[in-house]
Amino acid sequence: MSAASHAWVGRSIERVEDAALVTGRGCYLDDLGLAPGTLHAAILRSPHAHAGIKAIRTAAAAAAPGVAALVTGADVARRTASLAAAVRAPIKSWPIAVDRVRYVGEPVAVAVAADRYLAEDALDLIEVDYELLPPVVDPRAAIDPEAPILHEGLGSNIASERSFRYGDPEAAFAAAAHKIGIDVHYPRNSCTPIETYGVLASYDPQEDAYDILANFQGPFSLHAVIARALKVPGNRLRLRTPPDSGGSFGVKQGVFPYLVLMGVAARMAGRPVKWIEDRLEHLTASVSATNRRIRLEAAVDADGRVRALAWDQIEDVGAHMRAPEPATLYRMHGNLTGAYDIRHVSVRNRVVVTNKTPTGLNRGFGGPQVYYALERLIERIARSLQLDPVEVIRRNLVPADRFPYRTATGGVLDSGNYQQALEQALRDGSLGALQARREKARSEGRLYGIGFAAVVEPSVSNMGYITTVLTPQERHRAGAKNGAQATATIALDPLGSVTAQIASVPQGQGHRTVLAQVVADALGLKPSDIRVVAEMDTGRDAWSIASGNYSSRFAAAVCGAAHLAAGRIKTRLARIAAPQLNVAVEEIEFVAGTARARGNPDNALPFARLAATSHWAPGTQPADLDHAIRETVFWTPGELTAPTDGDEINSSLCHGFIFDICGLEVDRTTGAVRIDRYVTMHDCGRILHPAMVAGQITGGFAQALGAALYEEYAYAPDGSFLAGTFADYLVPTAMEVPVPQILHLETPSPFTPLGAKGVGEGNSMSTPVCIANAVADALDLHDIDLPLTPEKLLAAIGPAEPLPANERQVVAAGVRAPALRGAGEVRVAASPEAVWQALLDADTLASIIPGCHDLEQVSATHFRAEVTLGVGPARGRYRADVRLTDLLPPSSATLTGRAVGGLGSAAGTGHVTLKSDGRGGTILAFNYTGEIAGKAAAIAGRLLDGAARIVIHQFFAALARRVGASPTPKWRRWLGSMRGGFGRRS
Amino acid sequence: MKPARFDYVRAATLAEAHAVLAAEGSDARVIAGGQSLVPMLSMRLARPRVLVDIMRLPELAQIEEADGVIRVGAAVSQSELLDWPQLPARQPLLAAALPWVGHAQTRSRGTVCGSVAHADPSAEIPLVLVALGGGITLSARRRRRAVFADRFFQGAMSTDRRDEELIASASFPAARSGHGYAFREFGRRHGDFAIVACAAVVSRHSTRLAVGGVADRPVARDWGNIAGDALDDALNELAWDLDAREDMHATARFRRDLVRRLGRETIIEARRCLA
Repeated sequence: MSAASHAWVGRSIERVEDAALVTGRGCYLDDLGLAPGTLHAAILRSPHAHAGIKAIRTAAAAAAPGVAALVTGADVARRTASLAAAVRAPIKSWPIAVDRVRYVGEPVAVAVAADRYLAEDALDLIEVDYELLPPVVDPRAAIDPEAPILHEGLGSNIASERSFRYGDPEAAFAAAAHKIGIDVHYPRNSCTPIETYGVLASYDPQEDAYDILANFQGPFSLHAVIARALKVPGNRLRLRTPPDSGGSFGVKQGVFPYLVLMGVAARMAGRPVKWIEDRLEHLTASVSATNRRIRLEAAVDADGRVRALAWDQIEDVGAHMRAPEPATLYRMHGNLTGAYDIRHVSVRNRVVVTNKTPTGLNRGFGGPQVYYALERLIERIARSLQLDPVEVIRRNLVPADRFPYRTATGGVLDSGNYQQALEQALRDGSLGALQARREKARSEGRLYGIGFAAVVEPSVSNMGYITTVLTPQERHRAGAKNGAQATATIALDPLGSVTAQIASVPQGQGHRTVLAQVVADALGLKPSDIRVVAEMDTGRDAWSIASGNYSSRFAAAVCGAAHLAAGRIKTRLARIAAPQLNVAVEEIEFVAGTARARGNPDNALPFARLAATSHWAPGTQPADLDHAIRETVFWTPGELTAPTDGDEINSSLCHGFIFDICGLEVDRTTGAVRIDRYVTMHDCGRILHPAMVAGQITGGFAQALGAALYEEYAYAPDGSFLAGTFADYLVPTAMEVPVPQILHLETPSPFTPLGAKGVGEGNSMSTPVCIANAVADALDLHDIDLPLTPEKLLAAIGPAEPLPANERQVVAAGVRAPALRGAGEVRVAASPEAVWQALLDADTLASIIPGCHDLEQVSATHFRAEVTLGVGPARGRYRADVRLTDLLPPSSATLTGRAVGGLGSAAGTGHVTLKSDGRGGTILAFNYTGEIAGKAAAIAGRLLDGAARIVIHQFFAALARRVGASPTPKWRRWLGSMRGGFGRRS
Repeated sequence: MKPARFDYVRAATLAEAHAVLAAEGSDARVIAGGQSLVPMLSMRLARPRVLVDIMRLPELAQIEEADGVIRVGAAVSQSELLDWPQLPARQPLLAAALPWVGHAQTRSRGTVCGSVAHADPSAEIPLVLVALGGGITLSARRRRRAVFADRFFQGAMSTDRRDEELIASASFPAARSGHGYAFREFGRRHGDFAIVACAAVVSRHSTRLAVGGVADRPVARDWGNIAGDALDDALNELAWDLDAREDMHATARFRRDLVRRLGRETIIEARRCLA
C-alpha cells in the first residue's frame, strides 16, 4: 500500500452482515430448506443424576402415529465407536446413555417422527426403569476414596492427575517473608447463546457416508472424533455449517456428540433427520464452563513481591471427560503466573468426573477460573500486608523491557507494556475521583468498594497444549501435536472480482466485514468489492484441525492468513502487470481499483481486467507464473511448539493485557450490588475494526457481569438441575448492565501477520474477579464465591436475624431446608382406629389419593398407584409407589413414597400420628420432607414446595371427609393386613 | 418443547365459553393472554384437552369504575390497564405495582385476570387485590358469584375457581381519601418473579401490609398506627408467620430479612403519601 491513511483496516466500516440480520433475513440452521422426507427427532432425557437403566420399553412409542425410528443406547453402541478423549482410559463414552445415566439431561432415547410434535408425543410413551445410584455432585467429594464411582474403568473419579514443578518453588516458599493462600470455588456458568444447537443429518448407504449440517463452531479437530465415532474415514463425513449463527461463545463446540447421535438416527430411519435443541435441553444438557476448586498459595516478600505460586486445582468436567477436555484446565497452563513476573511455580492438577453435564468450550475458557484465584490472591496479599492493591500489582507486573517474555510454565508473552497500560488506566479511568466517591459514601455509612484486576488474555491456542495432560513419555508414544493452522483462500473469477473463503465459522462477530477490509487493503480495492464466504464445507473447502471459531483466533490468525493469501495473489498479478505497464515488478502498486506504476498513476490497468487474465488469456502471462486464479494459505506460527520434556508449554500465540477498575455499592437493605463505574483497559495489539472491538469488550463484559452477579448452573445435592429456564438462569439484561469505560493501548504482536491479538475473551477473565474484589473491599470480606447474590451479601452484612417472640421451630440460619417440607393437622370425625384402618385400605386409598386412576396393593403395607397430580393447569401422570413402616397401630406410621412420571420424579417421607380428641374423633397430624428431580425441578423449582403442600393437604382432607362420612369399619380385612405387615418386619 | 395435542375453541359468546367449560370440566382451560399458560403447554407441564379463548368477547374487555370499585374484565391486558388514564389517581397502588409485572412485551398480551387465575405466589396483581380487599367475579353457565381475594387465593397456583367457572372480572377498590398507598418489590433482575413484594395501605389509624413471594399466596396483616420498635416487632412476627419458602434464588432467611426491611420501607412510604 502506498498510503496507510487510505487503509480500510482500523476503521469502523459498516458491517456487511447487519442489514440482513436486523431485517430478519439471516439464514440460521433452522431456516434452511429441508430435503423432501426429512424427519424430526426429539430426545428423552434422564431425570436422574446417577442411575442404572434396567429396562427401556419403546414398543408403544414405536407404534405411535408418524414414528419412523426409536434410538436407544444399545442401538448407538452397536453402530458407533466410543467417543475418543484426550486421555486414554479403559472407559467408554457415548453420545447417549448406555446402561447407565450419569447426569440429569443425559439422552436416553431418541424418537424420530414425521414432525417434532409427534416425536415428543412418542417420548411420552417410552418407559424407562431406573435403579437409583448415589450421586457425586461436588468435585471435592468426588475424590473421596469412599465416593461412588462413575466409571469403574477409572478405578476412581479422578480422570487425570499430574503435578508440575518449574523453577525452585520449595526454596522460594522456604525463603519467603510471608506465605499467603486462598481457597476458591468457581461455579458453573455458561454463555447461553440465543440460538440453540441444531443438526441436519443424512446417511448415504451407497457410499457409507454421512452428510451433516450443524451449527458446530469448531475446532475441526473434532471432525476426526466424529468420523471415528461413526466408523467412517474422514472423507465419508461431510460436515457443513449454515451461513449465520445465533451466537456460540464456545458453546457450539458441544453440539458434536449430537452429530454422532443424529447420524445414527438418520441411518436407522433411512431418511434425513433434523433436530433442534430446545431451551430446556440447552440449559440442562448442552455444555458449560467447568466448575473448579482451587487452593492457591504465594510466597511473598515483605513488600508484596510474589516469588512463587503453588496451584492445586480440582477441575470438574462433569459426567464424561469429552474432547477437548481437560482443555479448560490446560489452556491456561502457560499463563498460570498471569501478568506477573513469577519464576517459581508448582502445580497439581486433578480432573474429576461428577454427576453433572459434561463441560466444554465457553468464552474465557479456563481464564475465569485461573484469574478468580490469582487476582483474589493479589487482593488478599494487599489486604494481609496492608498494602495498596494497585501497588502490589505494579510491583509484580512483567517489566516492559522483557518482551517477548517466557513465563515459568513456558508461555511466551509476545508484546506489551503493562506498566504504561496500568498508569494510563488509573489516569484516564480517574481512580482518584473514584476513591473520593468511596470516601464520601463511607462517611455516609454506605457500603462502597473498589476492585482491580490485571489479566493476560491468551489467544490463538496451540493445538498441542492439551497434550500437557500427558506425561512426556506418553507424548513421545503418541507423537507430537502443536501449531494452529489457519486457512484462507482468495479466488479471482473471470470478471476479475475477488472472493475470500475462510475456515473460521463466524458466530455473529463480523468476520466477513473485517476480512473484506484486510483483503481490500492488500489489493487496493474497496471492502464492498470483496465477497467473503464464511460457511464451511469439509467436503470442498480448505480446512484443518484448527479451523473454526474459538480461542479468539480470528483477528490474529485467520485475518493474517487472508492477508498472506491476498499478498500472494498480488505478487502474481504484479508479475502479469509489469510487462504490460513496462515497469519492473517491484514498481507495481495496487491502488484505487488499479494496478499502476509507482509515481505514474496514469500508467495503470484496471484491477478487474488484470485479475481476469489467467482465465481468458493465460498465454499472455509470464511462462513460469502457473496462474493467478486462486491462492490458499495455511499459516501456523512457529512459536506454537509442542510441550517440552520439562512440560513447558506456550499454550497460546498472543497475549493481550487488561487492567480493570470497578467501583460499586452494596445496598444495605437488600444486599444488591450496584456498579457505579467500570473501567476496562485493553491492549489487544493492532485494532482492525474499533467498533467490533468495542462490541466484543461490551458483550464479554455483560456476560462476565452475569457470571459475577447472577448466573449459576445450580445443582441440588441429589444432582437435580435447578436452572432450566431463563427465569432461573439469570442472564443480565440491558437493565442490569452498565456501560463500561473502554480504554486502549496498542502494542502490536510481533508474531502475527497484522500485529493483531484476540480480544473477545478478556473481560470474561478479568471482570468477575474485579467485581468480587470490589465487593470484598466494600464489605471487608475475606472469602467470597460467585455469584455474588444479594442473599449471600446481606448475610455477610449482618446483623444476626431477630428471632420470633413466641416459640416455634427455627431452621438454623444458612442451612437450606429440604426442597419440600411441611406439616399439618386435620380433625377427623372418626376414631383413631377407623382412621388407621382407612390408611391401610386399598379401596379407601384409591378414593382419597388425589387423581388416583388405579391402585394395586402389593402387600399389606406396600401400594402402587397410577395418579394424575398437579396444581392449577400443571398436571402430570405418575406411577407412585408407597410403603408404610414403623407401624404403631393405631397411633403412628411412616410413609415412604416415590412417584415417577413425564415431569420427573418425586421422593418423600411422611410421618403420621393419630390422637383421640376425647370426643370420639381423631386429630391427625402429619409432617413430610421430600425432593423432586427431573424436568419439574429444573423449570418450576420456585413453585414445587407450594404445589406439594396442596397435593398433600388434599390427601388428608379427603381422608377426613371419607372416614368421617363412612364410619363402617372393615375390621376383618384390616386385621389380616396388619398381621402380614408385622410378619415381614420381624 | 412442543405442546401435546389440544383443541382450540375461540368463544364467540360468553355462553359458548361457559358451555365448553361445563362440558369439559378440568380438561378445559381458559386462555387469555397465554403468557403463563403457553410456556406450560410447551413444556407439557399442562395438558388440557381444550383451550377456550375468551379474548374476542367484548363484554370481558371493559375497565369500569362504579361505586368506588374499578372493575377489570377478563380480556383486559395489563398494559391496557396501565395505560388507563384515570389509574394513577383512582388507584395509585395498582399503578405502582403494574410496571413490576413481567416486561412491557409480556404485559401487552398478559391479562390482569389471567394473572389472578394463575395465582403465582410471587405475582403482583393478586397481591394488590389482597392488599386492597378486592374481589373476583366468577361466572358459569347458570350462576355468577363474587369472592373476596383473600379467600380466592388458596395456595400456589390454586384458587377457589371451580372447573365450570371462568373469571369474569377482578374488582379493585378505588383509592379512598385519608389513605396512603405504596408498593415495593425486590427481584434479582428487572421483571423477574418477586423474591419479596410488599403493598402497604395506611390511614391515620390503621396499617395494612400485604406480602407476596414469601408464603404460598399473598398474605395481608393489619395493625394500628404502630411505629418504631412496635413496628419492627410486628414485622418480625409477620416475617416468621409467613413460613418462607426456599428456592435457588433465596433462602427463607433472606425472604424474612426482606419482609422486615422492605415492609418497613413500604409502610413508611405509604405514610408519607398521607401527609
